[in-house]
Amino acid sequence: MALLQIAEPGQSAAPHKHRLAAGIDLGTTNSLVATVRSGEAKTLLNQAGEAMVPSVVRYTKDGVQVGSAAEAAAVSDAENTIVSVKRLMGKGYQETVALANALPYRLVEQTGLVAIETVQGIKNPVEISAEILATLANTASETLGGELNGVVITVPAYFDDAQRQATKDAAKLAGLTVLRLLNEPTAAALAYGLDSGQEGVIAVYDLGGGTFDISILRLRHGVFEVLATGGDSALGGDDFDQAIVSELKERSGQTDLSFSAQRQYQQQARALKEALTDKARCDYHFTADQQEVKGTLTRTELDQLILTLVKKTIRACRQTLRDADLTTDEVLKVVMVGGSTRVPLVRQQVAEFFNTEPLTSIDPDKVVALGAAIQANVLVGNKADNETLLLDVIPLSLGIETMGGLTEKIIPRNTVIPVSRAQEFTTFKDGQTAMAIHVVQGERELVEDCRSLARFELRGIPPMPAGGAHIRVTFQVDADGLLNVSAEEKSTGVQASIQVKPSYGLSDDQIASMISGSMQHARQDMQQRLLREQQVEAERVIEAVSVALASDAALLDEQKQADIKQALATLSELRQQQDTAAIKAAIEHTNQLTDEFAALRMDKSIRLALQGHKVDEV
Amino acid sequence: MNYFRLFDLPETFELDLTELGSRYLSLQKRFHPDNFAAGSERDRLMSVQQTANINDAYHSLKQPLLRAEHMLALRGLKISNEQRSFTDPLFLMQQMELREQLAELQDEADPEAALFAIEQQIQQQRKQLLKALSEALVEQSAEQDQLAAELVRKLKFFYKLQQELELIEQQLQD
Repeated sequence: MALLQIAEPGQSAAPHKHRLAAGIDLGTTNSLVATVRSGEAKTLLNQAGEAMVPSVVRYTKDGVQVGSAAEAAAVSDAENTIVSVKRLMGKGYQETVALANALPYRLVEQTGLVAIETVQGIKNPVEISAEILATLANTASETLGGELNGVVITVPAYFDDAQRQATKDAAKLAGLTVLRLLNEPTAAALAYGLDSGQEGVIAVYDLGGGTFDISILRLRHGVFEVLATGGDSALGGDDFDQAIVSELKERSGQTDLSFSAQRQYQQQARALKEALTDKARCDYHFTADQQEVKGTLTRTELDQLILTLVKKTIRACRQTLRDADLTTDEVLKVVMVGGSTRVPLVRQQVAEFFNTEPLTSIDPDKVVALGAAIQANVLVGNKADNETLLLDVIPLSLGIETMGGLTEKIIPRNTVIPVSRAQEFTTFKDGQTAMAIHVVQGERELVEDCRSLARFELRGIPPMPAGGAHIRVTFQVDADGLLNVSAEEKSTGVQASIQVKPSYGLSDDQIASMISGSMQHARQDMQQRLLREQQVEAERVIEAVSVALASDAALLDEQKQADIKQALATLSELRQQQDTAAIKAAIEHTNQLTDEFAALRMDKSIRLALQGHKVDEV
Repeated sequence: MNYFRLFDLPETFELDLTELGSRYLSLQKRFHPDNFAAGSERDRLMSVQQTANINDAYHSLKQPLLRAEHMLALRGLKISNEQRSFTDPLFLMQQMELREQLAELQDEADPEAALFAIEQQIQQQRKQLLKALSEALVEQSAEQDQLAAELVRKLKFFYKLQQELELIEQQLQD
């Protein structure tokens, strides 16, 4: 038992409340939650003792099952048991129609988005994912003995704006505070501690069940920079299984399989793939639709079956290295992530391409969750001496539709985020007062080949002759890769109002009604939740301003200091009470009062940051 | 916004890129939204805006063409996004020749060697233009600024040519 509290070098000796944070790997097939305890990241076990929770949600008449229990019903109650919901995140109904035949449940349209009809009514992917997140967060709260202050959720580097937004919405619905959406490969590199190791270029090769990501990162002066990302959102170990299934079916001559026989083949294919990880050959013997199927598959045969798929990943590696303006010999380390990287051919091809033995010492299924936990611990404020900075890039170009259905790129992919770019538009008719703008994401020339993100209507443009109005539209992408848009008419300064119609997202109102309507929060009063949100924000404001005053009060005259202290005292008192509107007003008042102070501190901070740099003669 | 001032660097075309890079990272380290993940909403918003500015400034100063454009813009000469046709027939002729050579590359006996030769040519000319640009930007006179603007426009052709060349190189390799 510790009798004395001894501070680590660089850490403050002042008592600091340890905040609870967790990292969540919300996977296509499995999900995991991890946290940092006593300085070490560990995955957490649920009550059944599992770290890997199948990403499966089953709706029953009177409840919801998540994980293994739900998975067990995947065949018997297929239409109410949703697997791989991640593939549907942020997708429009039209996009998923092609999948409808392959999926055992009834897909329906919900304001343009895809949703699933279940025994409990229509459920959308955000709601379904929220169930998984809530289950994982629950595991963490129970293990850690308290409510989580914040979580880091990982997403494939390849996720576009709509998919990231959907993930964030799901967290909101589950009642979680998202500190950051972190790219999965970046999390993996953090788990290997590469942020504090040798400086250089790191490649993260992440081959999961359904997705492939390749990320090129660079570590320099404690800064972890994502140089480029690439990959394929529809390529993974499941495709290996599928290739084996096709081969087995060709050998057996079976076609038009029943649903259960199809599953039989899939299970056998998977088992063969796994067995051939350490064996050179493996026999199979099973019965499907009353027919006996038997034979032997060798490693060499497997390699032939999946070679094109593996080569496809290598091609993506080459392309992404090119985007980063690098050659393979500049890559210092290669990190392997995802269960499919256990396949020997994958390891061999990756080692050959990068000309170095890849890192495989951490369980490739857990490595992402562990990295997320490490980052969550930093972001929640438990590691004051953190020297690592994670710079991220936007994975896909953002553009707008121009004449003839072509796209014009406004923010090219692999631009460091946060970023904001402005674009000027003009009217083409006399007296035009409104204008429509269509924002898309993707690399292709034609709008129809890109992902439609949102349609904006600019209204309230002052009537002018054609070409007279200059509307400046600002596209801002935050650190999570999410887009915000604002617009202004330049010559008159009129703020054009924007009406956003997200093509594949949910509006704030929809989320609010989902929150109040969802089973999970039925008992929780919506009002209570809003109050809690304002109280948390009040706490943050009080802490931020107090810290600022403690270090920089000298920037203010005494009157101003007194005013701010008074505002803090008021806010602090209101925070204890139940009046949501009053707390909100007091926060706004405090913010207004401290705007100038914040700007002064910003300038001082810039000067401080640049101090110690060599002075150039002007 | 004066990007040089943001980094506290002298307003010169011959910028120390290593120094720029290390100043950029220092600023990012201080203002990145990750530092404010558990902070108040206002602080988070300010940090996003500030880091977006820093990123934009770094992006513009890092590349010679954008740097020159920014310098000219600071002097009141806006040339980014301009629609303007070229009037130097000699320069256009030369560009067309280079483009023709690129187009006929496939028919060469040794396309890779031919490609390398063209690349050398492009790089050499680009270097000359960059040198002239650097000199033009020193003086800060209206006349020299116009010359610099013209050089930027010419350089844009060479950068585009270089991109096309890299594309062809990829095709040759695949």
